[in-house]
Amino acid sequence: MRFDLQIIASWIEPESKVLDLGCGGGDLLYFLRENKGVDGRGIEQVESKVVQCIERGLSVLQGDINEEVVDYPDGTFDYVILSQTLQQVYEPADLIQSFLKIGRKGIVSFPNFSHWRIRLQLFATGYAPVSEQLPYDWHNTPNIRLITLKDFRKFSRDVGFHILKEAAINTDSKNKEGAIVTFLPNLRATYGIFLIGRNL
Amino acid sequence: MSEYIEHDKNGLSVGVVEKKTFHFAEPPGEMRLESGASLGPVTIAYETYGTLDPDRNNAVLVLHALTGDSHAAGYYSEEDPKPGWWDIMVGPEKGVDTNKYFVICSNILGGCMGSTGPSSINPKTGRPYGLDFPLVTMGDMVNAQKALIDHLGIKRLLCVTGGSIGGMQVLEWCLRFPEMVISAVPLASTMRHSALAIAFNEVARQAIMADPNWNNGDYYSGLKPDMGLAVARMIGHITYLSDESMRHKFGRHLQGKKEFSFNFDADFQVESYLRYQGTKFVERFDANSFLYITKASDYYDLAIQHDSGSAVKALSTAQARFLVASFTSDWLYPTYQSKAMVQAMKKNGLDVSFCEIEAEWGHDAFLLPNDRLNGLVKGFLQRMYREIRKKGDVS
Repeated sequence: MRFDLQIIASWIEPESKVLDLGCGGGDLLYFLRENKGVDGRGIEQVESKVVQCIERGLSVLQGDINEEVVDYPDGTFDYVILSQTLQQVYEPADLIQSFLKIGRKGIVSFPNFSHWRIRLQLFATGYAPVSEQLPYDWHNTPNIRLITLKDFRKFSRDVGFHILKEAAINTDSKNKEGAIVTFLPNLRATYGIFLIGRNL
Repeated sequence: MSEYIEHDKNGLSVGVVEKKTFHFAEPPGEMRLESGASLGPVTIAYETYGTLDPDRNNAVLVLHALTGDSHAAGYYSEEDPKPGWWDIMVGPEKGVDTNKYFVICSNILGGCMGSTGPSSINPKTGRPYGLDFPLVTMGDMVNAQKALIDHLGIKRLLCVTGGSIGGMQVLEWCLRFPEMVISAVPLASTMRHSALAIAFNEVARQAIMADPNWNNGDYYSGLKPDMGLAVARMIGHITYLSDESMRHKFGRHLQGKKEFSFNFDADFQVESYLRYQGTKFVERFDANSFLYITKASDYYDLAIQHDSGSAVKALSTAQARFLVASFTSDWLYPTYQSKAMVQAMKKNGLDVSFCEIEAEWGHDAFLLPNDRLNGLVKGFLQRMYREIRKKGDVS
């Protein structure tokens, strides 16, 4: 399982109810069910991945996360997870507000655009940065939002939600292994992970 | 049951199977129908495959579509060239794995494949019912299935599944007998027919009723309305395919000739195919049953039948976990109809999985080999079987 998913999994209480937005092939949901007795649901756009999830015995529905997230009754889930997808969301504020309605807490992870390699690339080459975490050219990237750890904290204040916990991580090229970054995270972390909740 | 082994790419066959019958609603205990009429005695033809677990928690009820029957899988004899209508899905190691599950499939009430319908003998007259047969609804069909399930001593169904109007019956099961249905898989289905679907059914019915041999439904002692029924089938067939599948299958190819005949013979392959399907169909299907079943499917409206019109409220009593699947090229029961179903289920907090399967075969795609569909059903059923065991959730 991807390293960021391992961190996310470690934050989730056993026996809780989880919605994974953009759940892919269901690695996280499968892990949570097998190891934490989690009652999980997923939403995924790509048909083959949806089939893969359901074949693994997961409850997943095919659709666009922005549309699908609104139909659940308020407070249905303990956690709503958006891993490595925020940078592709057209209306991130709306999405986060919707999912804090249907879930008590949210977990968001995204590639950190202020990593020193990205900064250096732009500074030294003058080209739009291309990294292992954001491996596309400007004209073919699905990643329409460039987010830094600092940006996300500011975003939480602007939109009005609470950051309950955060982790900055540095992963290997396959994202399978990594480490928590505590020293200069905005410069050294490849991903940020945030546990968020509604403002009281 | 597996003296006859047919190898195909999706696994083995259930082998030679036998059609059985169940009789109930003997007067004076007739079955009360939704229309207010009563009907009895009633016979339901059914088949079963696999073995019922001692705790009776592995039963899967398969519900057929308009022209299907109780023969979902296997063969009637060693020489039988053709397996049941869903043999690709139902059998050992298949989507509905008969090594694990006890599968039941019955012919619907109003049908003509062994269950009581308009071609059955009316005990009051000693002649076939014809149009004296009362109009039956999807709900009536489900009530008859429930009587069969009770008769088999099954208190809860691990899964109820079916495509098209079989899917309507799946939904109806979940609302009529919510505590009996652990999981439900409606495929290529809808909560109500669109005007388009009703329109095609009406044209098909008109074709039958315009056949002089139809004789107001009273034709069992003479010539049958074969031409009308054949045309009805042709219309149906067009709606089950898609522009894409017809282009691939037939294109504008001519049938057994290089040039047009300049008369009204079947020149195009698609004409020849439709004529063949029509002719084949009249050998096995009763025209009145076609009228009754299409009317029942047009009448069906989940939201109206179980609430004043809100599908969300109507589904609030359901307890089943759902797997809903639609097909990209199905223009008879398009994906938006399955999505509306899924949305209403989600709004009730129900556990629902959904997949729109990429398939060019139109509405009929659920009957054709499709590894994705088989994988979905198999994975979903395994999960249900495991969960029911884990919870010790036994009846």
